[in-house]
Amino acid sequence: MARNITYREAIHEALAQEMERDETVIVMGEDNAGGAGAPGDDDAWGGVLGVTKGLYHKFPGRVLDTPISESAFIGAAIGAATAGMRPVAELMFVDFMGVCFDQIYNQAAKFRYMFGGKAVTPVVIRTMYGAGLRAAAQHSQSLYPLFTHIPGLKVVTPATPYDAKGLLIAAIRDNDPVMFFEHKALYDISGPVPEESYALPFGEASVVREGSDVTIVTLGRMVHTSLEAAGQLAAAGVECEVVDLRTTSPLDEDTVLESVEGTGRLVVVDEAHPRCSIATDISALVARKAFGSLRAPIEMVNAPHTPVPFSSALEDMYIPDAQRIANAAKTVTGWSR
Amino acid sequence: MVPVSDDRIVPVTMPKWGLSMQLGKITAWVVGEGDDVKAGDDLADIETEKISGTLEAADGGTVRRIVARVGEDVPVSGTIALLAPADVTDADLDAAVQEARAVIDAGVPDDAAGGPDLQTADVGGRRISFAGAGEDGDVVLLVHGYGGDRNSWLFLQEPLAARYRVYALDLPGHGASAKDVGEGTLDVLAGAVTGVLDALGAERAHLVGHSLGGAAVLAAAARDPGRIASLTLIAPAGFGAEINVGYLRGFADAQSRRELKPVVTQLFADESLVTRQLVDDLLAYKRLDGVDEALHALLGVLLDGDSQGVNSAALLAAAGGAGAGGTGAGDTGAGGAGPGGAVPVTVVWGRDDRIIPAAQAEAVTGADHRLIDDAGHMPHMEHPAQVQAAIEQNIARAT
Repeated sequence: MARNITYREAIHEALAQEMERDETVIVMGEDNAGGAGAPGDDDAWGGVLGVTKGLYHKFPGRVLDTPISESAFIGAAIGAATAGMRPVAELMFVDFMGVCFDQIYNQAAKFRYMFGGKAVTPVVIRTMYGAGLRAAAQHSQSLYPLFTHIPGLKVVTPATPYDAKGLLIAAIRDNDPVMFFEHKALYDISGPVPEESYALPFGEASVVREGSDVTIVTLGRMVHTSLEAAGQLAAAGVECEVVDLRTTSPLDEDTVLESVEGTGRLVVVDEAHPRCSIATDISALVARKAFGSLRAPIEMVNAPHTPVPFSSALEDMYIPDAQRIANAAKTVTGWSR
Repeated sequence: MVPVSDDRIVPVTMPKWGLSMQLGKITAWVVGEGDDVKAGDDLADIETEKISGTLEAADGGTVRRIVARVGEDVPVSGTIALLAPADVTDADLDAAVQEARAVIDAGVPDDAAGGPDLQTADVGGRRISFAGAGEDGDVVLLVHGYGGDRNSWLFLQEPLAARYRVYALDLPGHGASAKDVGEGTLDVLAGAVTGVLDALGAERAHLVGHSLGGAAVLAAAARDPGRIASLTLIAPAGFGAEINVGYLRGFADAQSRRELKPVVTQLFADESLVTRQLVDDLLAYKRLDGVDEALHALLGVLLDGDSQGVNSAALLAAAGGAGAGGTGAGDTGAGGAGPGGAVPVTVVWGRDDRIIPAAQAEAVTGADHRLIDDAGHMPHMEHPAQVQAAIEQNIARAT
């Protein structure tokens, strides 16, 4: 039975249900339990934005507070995964991933391949990304393209509470390392989520709005911004089909290509910087495999190729908004040779 | 319903499709002002959060006013058009339109009750969910088919609730009920049916079962015939060998929308009814933990090789249904409750059923037969008004 809960609650529920189902599932990260030491304060935080709040009392001993040393606890989580656990490590901001890159892309991502399939690494690394919280250049990036680039990693970017729960459950049950990207600005959105457990398959995009004039391929928070733009465009007579990739690795090429074959026009909306981004990746895919269907050049809507500004006025301009998406859609519908 | 000054003005209202529906949106008017319509004619295409459908006229008459515009949200039971004879004055019509507009413009209050309370019964350790509508009258229990849930009755439950207390349940393995079906036998399903009747305190009830649900209500009736007031079977399983095994296995095995959609389209005569939302909802259900196992366990019972694995004719005989076994004793042919207290049975089938052939209706001996044109395996979704009439007439024969 579905009821409305928030994105934050959906992630919490996925963790709780998987911990209940499988005792090898553990949660670890900075302040995930609370860290204050006294029982009354144990739930003080539950992660920096409260996702794991309350888990510690349900599963004592399986919610671990770690030192503020990402390289250490991400390495520990990966090691535990190779030894039979299913750890879910919370790396507060994806911006900090740099200090543990070796553990992630050179170790976790390589084990299954280098040991001829004999090793599995069922680790999930949850992390926050995205601009909009006035958190400045070192706490606001959208770095999912970096991880999408690495073979051996799976990369998940849920946009809705329903997808967040089902994709996190799938991530925990998956035998490969999964990078699970949560946008800071989405924690308080709510939507219908079944109470029961369910796993959503990776590599299956979701068509969140159907339309015949323009395909908008997007992911994460930008799904909502794109839907806002599609609503405005519909009022102006332009019908957009909005495709939420849901996972960037594996990638559902078929849904993207079929949609562009139907509309003949593509706008890719991606909060990451434009170079070597999901937008360039999808553009290349469509240019190679659906060139004959295109009736206009592809448009990309990205953040600029700059650090995320601290100035709130600049940050607001930095994040792609519905107006920019609508303008891009008008560019492709208005294009002629 | 809006009070009107001239009682010859007949309002056409927003239907309630599904117990949780509060608003509907008209996506297209099929008729225009000045058109004459008769009962059963298509009036407008309506979209809800869950489903799109076509509203059929309940009454005949001349469409004098279209009240609700295309694209606007209208509360359930709000007036969307007015039928009236030609001699009703424009002034009277305009007054009625004004009242109707006020209802539409007011919308649904924020504190409006949401869906009906979902009730649950514990049946042998399994949680069985059901929801009811209607205040008075006999108890009617609606039992869906394989892979469905209580929402399959969304076009029927509210209309029937005008006269009866109408409940729809989720069989084990389906909807909001427990997903464990054990061996998936008809016994387990019949147990859920009687368990809900027990929970309701219903000593007698009219049972309506679709497809696998038809076999389930027969199994429940066979257990305790005295409890069953009437049986309406819609494309029931178990009255012949032939069944579309490709559909059944395809439905159970489908892992993606690409695999599922071509399977689900076989359910309907009009394939355009298979919306993206319908397929997505089915996929979301199939992905719940335990559903895959449940569907495959039930498949093992539904099928014996490539033939049907259940024998509903024997259950019907045990239930003492009209003309059961064709013995003639107490058999009043296609008629009502016989002298032996036989339970009236009506069988409803879509002529274009691609899952279980409509010809199998012949095997339901002694039942009243209703074959519905332009309907596939889901006549209660494709032509709900005709199925409603069949159910109501069957119930009337019991009383």
